[in-house]
Amino acid sequence: MKQFTPILVLILALFGKTPGVLAQTAEALISDDPKVRGYAIAERNDRTDAGFGSSSVELTMTLADPRGRETTRELRIDTLEKEGAGNGDWSVTRFFSPPDVEGTALLSQARILESDNQWLYLPALRRTKRISSSNKSGPFVGSEFAFEDLTANELGKYEYIYLGTETLEDGTEVDKLQCTPRYDRSGYTKLHCLFDTTTFQARRLEFFDRGGNLLKTLDLLDYRQYESGYYRSHRQVMQNHLTGKSTTLVFGDFDFGVDLDRRDFEPAALEAF
Amino acid sequence: MPAALCPGAAAQTLRVTPEVAVEARLFPESPQFDDQLETLQPSLILTGDLRWTSKERHTRILFEPFVRLDGQDNERTYGDIREASVTRRFGEWDLLLGVTQVFWGVAESRNIVDVINQFDTVEDFDQGEKLGQPAIRVGRRTDIGRFQAYYLPFFREQILPGRDGRLRINPLVDTDNADFERDGKQWAGDFALRYTNTVGKFDIGLHGFYGTSRNPQLVFDKNTNSFTPFYQERTQGGADIQYTDGPWLLKLESAGANVGGDSFLSSVVGFEYTFFGVRGSSIDVGLIGEYLYDDREGSDVPVTTFENDAFAGTRITFNDTQDTEVLAGAIVDTKTGGLIGSLEFQRRLGANMLVEVEGRFFDASNDPLVQPFDQDSHLTIRLTRYF
Repeated sequence: MKQFTPILVLILALFGKTPGVLAQTAEALISDDPKVRGYAIAERNDRTDAGFGSSSVELTMTLADPRGRETTRELRIDTLEKEGAGNGDWSVTRFFSPPDVEGTALLSQARILESDNQWLYLPALRRTKRISSSNKSGPFVGSEFAFEDLTANELGKYEYIYLGTETLEDGTEVDKLQCTPRYDRSGYTKLHCLFDTTTFQARRLEFFDRGGNLLKTLDLLDYRQYESGYYRSHRQVMQNHLTGKSTTLVFGDFDFGVDLDRRDFEPAALEAF
Repeated sequence: MPAALCPGAAAQTLRVTPEVAVEARLFPESPQFDDQLETLQPSLILTGDLRWTSKERHTRILFEPFVRLDGQDNERTYGDIREASVTRRFGEWDLLLGVTQVFWGVAESRNIVDVINQFDTVEDFDQGEKLGQPAIRVGRRTDIGRFQAYYLPFFREQILPGRDGRLRINPLVDTDNADFERDGKQWAGDFALRYTNTVGKFDIGLHGFYGTSRNPQLVFDKNTNSFTPFYQERTQGGADIQYTDGPWLLKLESAGANVGGDSFLSSVVGFEYTFFGVRGSSIDVGLIGEYLYDDREGSDVPVTTFENDAFAGTRITFNDTQDTEVLAGAIVDTKTGGLIGSLEFQRRLGANMLVEVEGRFFDASNDPLVQPFDQDSHLTIRLTRYF
C-alpha cells in the first residue's frame, strides 16, 4: 500500500511484485471475495510506482489551527526505493525552516512489520542519534500527520477488504477499501482507502481512531504524471475532525534524476549535507 | 527566514541565516570570590551560518562565525570560528578541509569519547558548546562501516571566565601562559581514527587518538598566585555503543587513556526510555539514567569530578507547532554528595524567534571540585532572532 500519504507517494516498495502474478491479478480485481479484490486493488496501486529508483522533492508544510493561525515548515524528502521482501523504502527528510530547526534531518529505513530504523541529525551538536521508532501514532513535528502516516507504508503493512465503488465530489470514480494495520502500535483501528479507478492512485484516506470514530481525512490532490510514467500528488490536505486543525503539503517538482545511492541513506550521510 | 536560493531540488543551494541573541544570566547568590560580578550578566551574541551545497550535492561549504559581547566579563567577550569547512565527496571517499566541529558518542550526561574539539567552557558550564577545530579529514565508506582519519594541525586552548566572571576557580587560571608537554606546543598536531557502523539494533563506534589532551592539568604558580594550564600528551582508545529496541536505548561509552604516565579507564553506561503520547496527549516523556566511572589516580593527570557519579534526567517533547522542549537532569557524586542540576526549556515564538531558559544548580556538599561554583547557581534567559 503506497501513496497512503504524501511521503508514501515517494516511498514505496517493489515488495511482492512478479510478472507471473499479473494474470491472477486481473481475475482478482473482479473477484467476489472482498479480501481478494481489495488486495488486488491495493497491489495495482502499488505496482504503478514500481521501479522509480530514487526521487527528491521539496515541499512546504502548513499547519493551521481552527482560528486560522498558520505555521510553515519547508523540507526536502529524498527517497530510495528498496527491493526485497521485508524491506521498505529508505528516506531522508531534511528541514530548511523554521530557522531554529534548519538542517535537522530524519533518516528512516522502513521495514514491513518490524519497527523501522530511524536516526535523527541535530545540526547544532553535529550529532546523529539513533532514535526509537515505536512512536508510530505520535504527531510528526506538530502536524496532523502521525509518524505511521509518513514513514514508508508498504503493501504488506495492511489487510484489505473491498467495500464498493463510489464517486467523489469532483466526479472521480473510486474503489473504496478498508485497510487494517497489521503492524504493532498503530493509532488506527482501520482506514478507508479510496483509489481512482482510472489512474489507480490514492485519492482519499479516512483514518479511524481506536474508538472506531473518524479521526482524520487526507485528500490527495493535483496529481501530475511525469515523463517516467509515475504519478505524484502535489497538494495534500490532512484534516483532523476532532481538533479542527489541518496540515497542508504543497510539493514542488519531483526530481527522479538526482544522483542518490545507498550511501546517501546511511546514518553517516546525515551530517555530510 | 533563511535567505534561500533554491530554484529546484537538483540545483545548487545557498542558505544564509544570521542570528542575533540577547541573553541575561542571573545569579541569586552573592559571589564567593573577590571581583566576581554580583547578580546580572547581560550579553549580546552575533552568529549564524552560511551553507552552500553543489548541484550534485558532492561539495558542501559551511561557515559559522560566533561573537559574544559580555557586559560583565571581558574574558567572555570573544569570537570564534565555529565552522569554516569544505567537504567534498569522491564516490566512496570524502575529504574535509578547514575548521570544523565533530561529535562522537551516545550518552546524554557526558561524552567520554568526544575528543576532537575543545569544549567552550566560557559559553556553557556543561559540554554543550565547542570551539572550532582546524582539521583535515579523509573518510571512506564501505559495506562494513565508515572509516575516518583525522589530522588536527592546531591545538585550541581552553578559554575560561576572567576575574570578574562567575563559574571560575580561585585563584584564577592564567590562560595566557599555558605550558605544553609536547614539542611544537599548539602546532604539535594530533591524529585520530574513527570507525562507525550499524549492525542490526547496535550502533557501534570505535576511536583512537594521539595528541594533546584537551583537558589541562592545572599547576599552581606561587609567584603569580595563579594556576597555569599544562596540556599533556594523550593516547586514547575507546568504544561507544548504543542498542535500540522499541522505546529503550541502552548506551555505553568507554575509553582507556594514558596521560602523564598514568593509564586510566573512563566509562558511562546508561539507558533512555521514552513514554510516547503520555495520557493520550501528543507529549513524549523520556527518562534517562546514567552512571559515570573513572579510575584515574595519578597526581599528574587532569582531575575529573566524574569518578563515581550518577545522572538522572528527563526529556519532555511537546510535539507542538512551536517545538516546545524541556530537558532536566542532575548529576550526583556518589562519594562526596556534590550535585550539579540543570533545567532547560525552549520554545519558538512565531516563525523566527526562539526563547530559551536554562537553570543551573550547584550544591558542593563535600566535593572540592564543585565547591568553587557553590554560590554560582544561575538562570539564563536567551532570546534569539533569526534573519
